[in-house]
Amino acid sequence: MTEITLPDKHVVVLERKNFQSLLDALSESGYELLGPTVRDSAIVYERIHAVDEFPVGWVDECEPGKYRLVKDKKKTLFGYTIGSQSWRRFLHPPTNKLWEATRDGNGFKVIQPEPDQIKRALIGVRSCELAALAIHDKVFSQGQYIDNSYQERRRNVFVVAVNCVRPGGTCFCASMKTGPKATSGFDLALTEMCVSNRHYFIVEPGSKAGKKLVDKLPVKQPKESEIKAAQKELNRAAAGMTRTIDSEHIGKLLNEKFDDPHWEAIAERCLACGNCTMVCPTCFCTNMQDSTDLTGQHAQRQRRWDSCFTVDYSYIYGGSIRNSVTSRYRQWMMHKLVHWQEQFGMSGCVGCGRCITWCPVGIDITEEARQLTVTE
Amino acid sequence: MATQQTSKHSGTGTQPDPMLVRPLQIQRIIRDLGDTFSLILQPPDGEADFSFQPGQFNMLYVYGVGEVPISISGDPARREILVHTTREVGTVTRAMRKLKVGDSLGVRGPYGKGWPVDKVENQDVVLLTGGIGLAPLRPMIHYLLTRREKYGRIVLLYGARTPEDILYRKDLEKWRSRFDLEAHLTVDHATGAWRGNVGVVTSLVRRSPFDPQNCIAMVCGPEIMMRFAVMELQKRGVADDRIYISMERNMKCGIGLCGHCQLGPTFVCKDGPVYCYADIKDIFTKREM
Repeated sequence: MTEITLPDKHVVVLERKNFQSLLDALSESGYELLGPTVRDSAIVYERIHAVDEFPVGWVDECEPGKYRLVKDKKKTLFGYTIGSQSWRRFLHPPTNKLWEATRDGNGFKVIQPEPDQIKRALIGVRSCELAALAIHDKVFSQGQYIDNSYQERRRNVFVVAVNCVRPGGTCFCASMKTGPKATSGFDLALTEMCVSNRHYFIVEPGSKAGKKLVDKLPVKQPKESEIKAAQKELNRAAAGMTRTIDSEHIGKLLNEKFDDPHWEAIAERCLACGNCTMVCPTCFCTNMQDSTDLTGQHAQRQRRWDSCFTVDYSYIYGGSIRNSVTSRYRQWMMHKLVHWQEQFGMSGCVGCGRCITWCPVGIDITEEARQLTVTE
Repeated sequence: MATQQTSKHSGTGTQPDPMLVRPLQIQRIIRDLGDTFSLILQPPDGEADFSFQPGQFNMLYVYGVGEVPISISGDPARREILVHTTREVGTVTRAMRKLKVGDSLGVRGPYGKGWPVDKVENQDVVLLTGGIGLAPLRPMIHYLLTRREKYGRIVLLYGARTPEDILYRKDLEKWRSRFDLEAHLTVDHATGAWRGNVGVVTSLVRRSPFDPQNCIAMVCGPEIMMRFAVMELQKRGVADDRIYISMERNMKCGIGLCGHCQLGPTFVCKDGPVYCYADIKDIFTKREM
């Protein structure tokens, strides 16, 4: 594994006691703050205003099919690893009105909703989640057709990334080459250091906007020892991950396993609940819902998240293409690890581990991939 | 993208929103068969330029009910109108059938890859289809006949359930009376005065006059029929890269963003619906792919 290093230029130190100044600077620049907080015993990304809303001292324990928050002695802001839901709901909302229409004689008129011009600051984006953002950028705004609603939201985003100094229980970003340190796609990247009686952040600007914001903060130059300590933590996190996927070869290996009997073995456990697709930061499938009000004078089209685990998903007249759970699980996993490569030139999995944690029966994509591709 | 709406505002300022539907007016309705009808559409203001590739489809929206992908079935040379032939099979198509002349239908498109018009010059062309599968091929037939001298033999093999289920009867009669197009019809069940072929359409392949080494075959029908069609064509010695098939999947957006129509690594809405058989032969026969 290559050594993780922090850049030696432009990096500054922000004391924990001054963290609110970062939030204030963002608010003053017109950003709506979205960040981690605790709700229903889970870390969620929500609208926040002040540092005391952060999950101070909370750490997540993740295992296949298990998620718990526990209090840590340290009063970290980002001691947990990742939120239970990904950031995608802010840029690609679970329900999203595409247009409205009103009756007009025999016909109808289509009215496009006002563009979303909200400036959003995403605070606490992990490296795997940055990779997921880059994937959605590719899917929604770099193809033959552009998704206007995604692009509107995306262009006004300020990303505050946070490097991971503690691997989560189900993470495997190191093997997917998406973490644990943020390397691109952020405006600021923080490394939180909470050692003995010091609590500070190493702040790395990643864009002009990021540099401009740093200028407004009460920061100081880092000591060499502080940089070294942070680098040590990052490397420890990378080395501490137990799960892996052979990201270089998995596509080719798995592609030959379409008829493997192991898919049946997975389907015996899989409930086809679709949890994995709801928590996945890269899943992008949607359904359209057309409706009218009671008078029939107004109609609208809503786009809603959909899941390839439903029978309806592949329905055409006469029946569904993928009737068996086997075929639906296979579609999901092969899409992530095989077909995504051909469709978008990248893997559809970033190694965040959410699908493992939130699977009610604890199906582990890394383990199933290993089982399917293991060679005697 | 002739039928795409130019939006009043655009979120990006770079291109019109492909999610917006454009209301078109029904100028004429043809009741082709008991459950099949053709809608002839024009913009309410009369101005139109519907250019499309034979084999492409549009997303058609019935106000308040929903949207479905339907292939374009008119003559590509007649760019002032849009023709769609639809069979009533679900909620949206049922509502569509109830529409009257003067009513509006929302349209987005045209989308997808059509028949290989650039590959057929100097070739024999075999058009093999059954039932409503003739609708996505009709623009191709029009296209070929408009430029008739550029191609070798044109053979149309068409199968219907019964003589009463034969679609585009007038067109077929016109085409059959031409000396430069061979149309062979067959039905699954003969009724009444039918004196033609009886049997599956794929059985017509082996006695059709075309040069397997210099032909392009275009197949459109249910997947099972296309599977047998490919086998029969292969038996005649037609190479896989000379066979084209039109696929059908659940589609919600038509532009590769909703995920529903995935067929292996491809999206039927943008990489299809027309595929070269050689490109998808490995996934075409996989069940529940």
